Amino acid sequence: MFKPFAVALGALLLLTACSDKSAEKAGDAPAAGDITGAGSTFFAPLGAKWAETYKGETGVRLNYQSIGSGGGVRQIKVKTVDFGATDKPVKPEDLAESDLLQFPVVMGGIVPIVNLPDVKSGQMNLTGPLIADIYMGKIKRWDDPAIVALNPGLKLPHLPITVVHRADGSGTTFLFSNYLAKVSPTWKKEVGASDALEWPVGLGGKGNEGVSAFVKQTIGAIGYVEYAVAVRTGTAVTNMTNHDGQMIAPSIEAFAAAAAGADWANAPGNQLLLLDQPGAKAWPMTATVFVVMHKTQDKPAAARAALTFFDWAYTKGDTLAIEMHYVPLPDNVKAMMRAQWSQIVAADGKPVYTPAAAPAQN
Amino acid sequence: MSLQSARQSSFLARFLADPADPIFRSLAFAAATMLLVTLGGLIIALIIGGWPALSKFGLSFLFTNSWNPVTEVYGAAGPIVGTLITALLSLAIALPIAVCVSVFLTQYCPKVIAQPISTAIELLAGIPSIVYGMWGLFVFAPWFAKTVQLPILTNLDPESFWGKLLSGVPNGANIFTASIVLAIMILPYMAAVFRELFRSIPPHVREAAFGLGCTSFEVVGSVLIPYVKKGMIGVVMLGFGRALGETMAVTFIIGNSHRFPDSLFASGSTLASTIANEFNEAQGLHLASLIGLGLVLFLITFIVLAIARTLLSSQRY
Repeated sequence: MFKPFAVALGALLLLTACSDKSAEKAGDAPAAGDITGAGSTFFAPLGAKWAETYKGETGVRLNYQSIGSGGGVRQIKVKTVDFGATDKPVKPEDLAESDLLQFPVVMGGIVPIVNLPDVKSGQMNLTGPLIADIYMGKIKRWDDPAIVALNPGLKLPHLPITVVHRADGSGTTFLFSNYLAKVSPTWKKEVGASDALEWPVGLGGKGNEGVSAFVKQTIGAIGYVEYAVAVRTGTAVTNMTNHDGQMIAPSIEAFAAAAAGADWANAPGNQLLLLDQPGAKAWPMTATVFVVMHKTQDKPAAARAALTFFDWAYTKGDTLAIEMHYVPLPDNVKAMMRAQWSQIVAADGKPVYTPAAAPAQN
Repeated sequence: MSLQSARQSSFLARFLADPADPIFRSLAFAAATMLLVTLGGLIIALIIGGWPALSKFGLSFLFTNSWNPVTEVYGAAGPIVGTLITALLSLAIALPIAVCVSVFLTQYCPKVIAQPISTAIELLAGIPSIVYGMWGLFVFAPWFAKTVQLPILTNLDPESFWGKLLSGVPNGANIFTASIVLAIMILPYMAAVFRELFRSIPPHVREAAFGLGCTSFEVVGSVLIPYVKKGMIGVVMLGFGRALGETMAVTFIIGNSHRFPDSLFASGSTLASTIANEFNEAQGLHLASLIGLGLVLFLITFIVLAIARTLLSSQRY
């Protein structure tokens, strides 16, 4: 009787031993000096490009897992990575609870895309409340008076509007729905804002690529994607009215204008959504990639390596970012964040990294 | 202590006398128990992980259809129905074709082309499901929208029965196209095993049937298929099981809406596609509900297998 149990126990032990090992492996124990990060899929293409150039200059590798913003925050909380990246800023109370610091690294825009015959990129005008009505199924056809009134020059067909949204939980949806909730009280009440929603109408595509594929394949479709994806896939983007009531076209300058008006200094924990920002030229929906790190570091060397990388990205990464249709942070924001890095300390309380080029210490 | 050392010494004695046998026995036993332990652990993990959702919503988790991460109300009815419909539909499409392919290969086909066809089947079975998903989204769905959905939309009265059954956004992302892609995925596996089943029939059975004056169709329909019926049910159930759990290909093409599908060409979602879509970003009750979906999928698969077992054991030759 005893033997089978012993063997079973042995098998179990073996099993747990194996799983321990594989768990370690999943954390990707890297070669010494490598930086590990995980999170936002939006950041991934730029992160990879930055990492490639950075490795060429310094020999330090970045190992970034594009697992989604929520996953990135989970991973940094359990310390399997040196930094997490998220499009959805962590709330100040969560930051305090887990002893985390978050800072923005780069931005991008979220744009509506449409597929209509005879409507080219940048020809259609939309407003936030109108998009909310379309996404709630209240406006059903493209020749609805509300749309026609905004687009007097366009020939709009009597086509049903096919609403396309993200099927997967995503930071893009989080920002899009937060913007709609901001500009439309009905949306706020009936649908709400989160990274996944109970969509009143429409169908879901997987990822930015899935949404743009569905929009491209369906005449009469409307969707929302990251600006970089809209440019890459060549779908028709629309103009939107902003906070100041101006109708503007999406562009790197318009996203940057939104960032310029942002009040980072008074955002506790840097929790700031750049939605519906004031400014005559500011685009209403912009996304910010936040990097999340622990304030007290058990591995100061790894944190130093990560901060060195982001300092490099702040200093030299802007050209690459613009090439890939991302938006660099304004210089004053960068200076503010560099100053905040002194909050990241080793066990002895000393900052792990002091930016050499820090222009001002405040 | 002494008892243990005594046992150890007897174990040691046996071990020294014949080392290979006890080692092999232990290994075999460990392998078998590991399977049980894994299965049990999986169920326990799913129940623990899904408990916050299951305890909060109770049975309404299975029968309501709200999936709202904002208000944190979750009901799995939409994905459950979507899963069952796509799996059944794909089975209905794949089964007759698989039977025909295997009958043709074993009964009628000249040896020269039997080999290429068999190889093609095996190749189809080896294609990763994400490839089917991409093909479905970028090739099949647009084609289907243009050549099937648009003509139907323009020619059918939307108020008639058929018009209602076949209504939907003409972009090819719906339950029906998802079922077809699923059918293509489970077809090679089913055809390959059916072929082996037909091959396993002793030649004299077939010859005797022909000797009685049966036509080819009668031989296949009345003798060969009944002969391997038991095995066929097993294969069908395994194919069904695969269709239930298939994730990536379906996620790409089903349209991912949590509502009840109101027509054959409406978009829907399945248990597996919902989990795949939302797991990365989910937290708290949302995460628990997704794990609950996993448990439901597990139970459905289990029930299917249980039914297959009962059907099989009720068969007597």
